[in-house]
Amino acid sequence: MKKNVLIIGAGISGVSIAYNLAKKGVQDIHVVDKGHFTSGATGRCGAGVRAQWATPLNCQLAKMSIDFFEHAKEILEYDGEIEFKQEGYLILATTEAEARQFKDNVKLQNSMGIPSKYLSKEEALNIVPHLNPEAFVAATFCGIDGHLNPFKMTDAYMQAAKRLGVTFSFFEEVIAMTTSNHRITSVKTTTETYEPNIVVDAAGGYSQEIGAMAGVTIPVYSENHQILATEPIEKMQGPMVMSFSKNIYCQQVPHGSFLMGRSDPFVEKGHQIQSSWQFLDEMAKTATHIMPLLGKLRVVRQWGGSYNMSPDRQPIISGTEDVDGFYIACGFSGHGFMLAPITGLLLSEIILKEPTSVDVTTLDIKRFTHQKDINIEKSVV
Amino acid sequence: MILRPSNHMNDKNNIIICRCEDVTLAELDAAIDKGFTNLEDLKRVLRVGMGPCQANTCGHLIQMHLAARLKKPIEEIKKQQARPLLMGVTLNDIVDGLDK
Repeated sequence: MKKNVLIIGAGISGVSIAYNLAKKGVQDIHVVDKGHFTSGATGRCGAGVRAQWATPLNCQLAKMSIDFFEHAKEILEYDGEIEFKQEGYLILATTEAEARQFKDNVKLQNSMGIPSKYLSKEEALNIVPHLNPEAFVAATFCGIDGHLNPFKMTDAYMQAAKRLGVTFSFFEEVIAMTTSNHRITSVKTTTETYEPNIVVDAAGGYSQEIGAMAGVTIPVYSENHQILATEPIEKMQGPMVMSFSKNIYCQQVPHGSFLMGRSDPFVEKGHQIQSSWQFLDEMAKTATHIMPLLGKLRVVRQWGGSYNMSPDRQPIISGTEDVDGFYIACGFSGHGFMLAPITGLLLSEIILKEPTSVDVTTLDIKRFTHQKDINIEKSVV
Repeated sequence: MILRPSNHMNDKNNIIICRCEDVTLAELDAAIDKGFTNLEDLKRVLRVGMGPCQANTCGHLIQMHLAARLKKPIEEIKKQQARPLLMGVTLNDIVDGLDK
């Protein structure tokens, strides 16, 4: 089947790319996904969005994405609610060294128009009174940060893309590609063979495998990150509470549940996304240490999902030198959901060879071969 | 005032499918009409099965309803992925573990 654009992956990146291309007038776009709606990382993510980053690039990308989320319902003419709760992220410093680093982060963020603030312990306790004062020394806060419903946000993009003529198929897995003369000549799926002009790899945890089918080596890998959800209760916490050193993020979503997650420093690379009792144990200890009151909440569910990790923990949004017409959006290292608006915009500009809204040299896959001192993002859980 | 149970029950807005998350039959049908025709999709757009009972009630009802709507035998309508925990346990109890 001839197609102009074939996008692999209907997660938040894929639907944003599809929408942005279609909005610019590109026709005959098809999106395939191997699973059900938001079956990959998008539907498994914590869905927090923040502008508080430690590299200028991430600050800029995140700020532009938040600007979009603020108006997403109107722009995408969505009939549902994307549930954007914009009550900030409170990021805890637990050592004096971390507090000094946070002062530098705030300086950088402020210089880029991000309204973050450095807070004393007392000021932080005013915002989240149920914090254990013994668990941290200072904090930073940024009121434009927040949380969205990842399913509704993806649906909003998907419905808008459909109205612009984009088609979708689920439960259809890409299994092989043929190339000739540095071009992809066909893409074979479990049900169909496509002959697309342009192929976009937005396959999240499986983007490396899709790249390999096209003959492109993408230096990313996947690793399992786990989350748990509690029973819903009346609203008691506005902002996301996060600590890099204590390895926790914890948010009460509008529905009333608390979502909390942490990284496993010993996790093996790969596609396993099991839930473990070790996570449950460590998560419970960390959460009740930082916020003792939460100990009374019942855990109703836990699950895992893939972070797609890049060498510098920043995304790859790029064309490729080896294969014409093959484009990549991956390696978000746990932050693909919050960066999706800018991902779709930038990749559509790259594909259409338009001037880009942000300097994309540092997002290009070439940076890993041509650049020795890559700037690694450290503000990651 | 006279209650009219029969009329009341004919309104799909008054038939609760997922009692944990207060999802009605009308909402379920609207989501199916939008193209969300499996339990995993419906869970994500409606929250059915995300509450304390983890689909132990609504899962069966939705399975039957999907079979009828899609005109498929019920054995072809997959249940959703079961996830831990089996029942709610407080974070404090998890921390205390077997010590108590």
